[in-house]
Amino acid sequence: MTDILLLMFSAILVENFIFTRFLGICPFLGVSEKPQTALGMGCSVIFVMTIASAATNVIYNLILVPFGLEYLKTIAFILVIASLVQLIEMFLRKYVPALYSALGIYLPLITTNCAVLGVSLLNVEYGYNFIKSVVFGFSAAVGFTLAIVIFAGVRERVAVANPPRSFRGIPIALVTAGLIAMAFSGFSSVNLGT
Amino acid sequence: MTSQNKKAAKYYSIEMLVHQLRGGLIDNNPTLVQLLGTCPTLATTTSVENAIGMGIAATLVLMFSNLFISLLRKLIPPQVRIAAYIVIISGFVTAVDLLIKAFLPELDAALGVFIPLIVVNCIILARAEAFASKNPVLPSVIDGLSMGLGFTLALTILASVRELVGSGTLFGYNVFGDGYKPVLMFIMPPGAFLTLGFIIAAVHKLLELAERRRKKQLDKTLADEIAEDAALGGGVPPHAGDLEFVAGTGEDEGK
Repeated sequence: MTDILLLMFSAILVENFIFTRFLGICPFLGVSEKPQTALGMGCSVIFVMTIASAATNVIYNLILVPFGLEYLKTIAFILVIASLVQLIEMFLRKYVPALYSALGIYLPLITTNCAVLGVSLLNVEYGYNFIKSVVFGFSAAVGFTLAIVIFAGVRERVAVANPPRSFRGIPIALVTAGLIAMAFSGFSSVNLGT
Repeated sequence: MTSQNKKAAKYYSIEMLVHQLRGGLIDNNPTLVQLLGTCPTLATTTSVENAIGMGIAATLVLMFSNLFISLLRKLIPPQVRIAAYIVIISGFVTAVDLLIKAFLPELDAALGVFIPLIVVNCIILARAEAFASKNPVLPSVIDGLSMGLGFTLALTILASVRELVGSGTLFGYNVFGDGYKPVLMFIMPPGAFLTLGFIIAAVHKLLELAERRRKKQLDKTLADEIAEDAALGGGVPPHAGDLEFVAGTGEDEGK
């Protein structure tokens, strides 16, 4: 139990996907103009990443390993993730229309979110079992959501400020992200005793 | 299809080559101008060596995926094209990944998960969709090469700044001597965001200067015409040449 909690803590704060691992930067910069949309994107990512971690773990251990096809994991995972996102989209549209109308527009964007493929590959690299994979996927996505919501909040304030002309848009957003990353790097000195 | 390729190859001129290379490296630089592929840009630029390794790996994948997508562009049904592109791209990514694991284990350890993640690098899918699916083989391969080199160039610029300030070295050689205390933050994640932000701001400034210079030149030609009309043998306005020179040096620094 303790190591599950430590895994969650470290994936959310210490090894934050955005600020220390640089996974999922495209949606982080693209969908962070308003906290509302950032939260929507974050929730979709939590949803997809948790399911994708479970699915890729099962496929890796039950299909790729028994047949000695570990080297095909990149191809297998990207196809699983792409079709999974399609499936989730269809399922939500049919059975949970309320959730679909909230998350629908973000779902297609998630296929090319490198955080989803990244978490599946990292699960294999760290040799996590099924439960740990799901927990890692979930908490990494929570860390992503935390980062993107904080960032969107700051960016809303920056939008009304008046930076030099060349810094408008993406450059000032990157500088803002750098400052938040500095704050997050404070967590790197937390000793988790592992 | 082969006859068409030959035709395209015959018509492919040096000017087109220069135009494509310039587009990939400068005018349409995938990283600094189009802002694609930010994740590997930030993650792999802790040293110049890693940056160049990442750049070359991505360039290889880009060239080969563009080559095959262009060859198959008439066979792939449009409804499933994205899935087909992703399978082609991930095939080459796996090949490059295995090659790097076999021959460059140090680079593999440094880049880690970012080699297989070339699959979801938006630059590659963007070039497949925007260029290779519509153009003959040779221009597509050149397009892959020039975009890949543009990506490598951007990574190298970012990594040189970070390595120089963050550890006082360049390609592992000590540049500033022992008296220099490296600013560790530049190798850490915050430094990546800050440096990229400043570099993109510089690119914006250079684009602005280039735009202004173009306007000045337009004004100058207009002024010349007016001067010629007004007084025969009036000559060039005295300050126009100086201004052009100043703007010119500004742009060269960036290259």
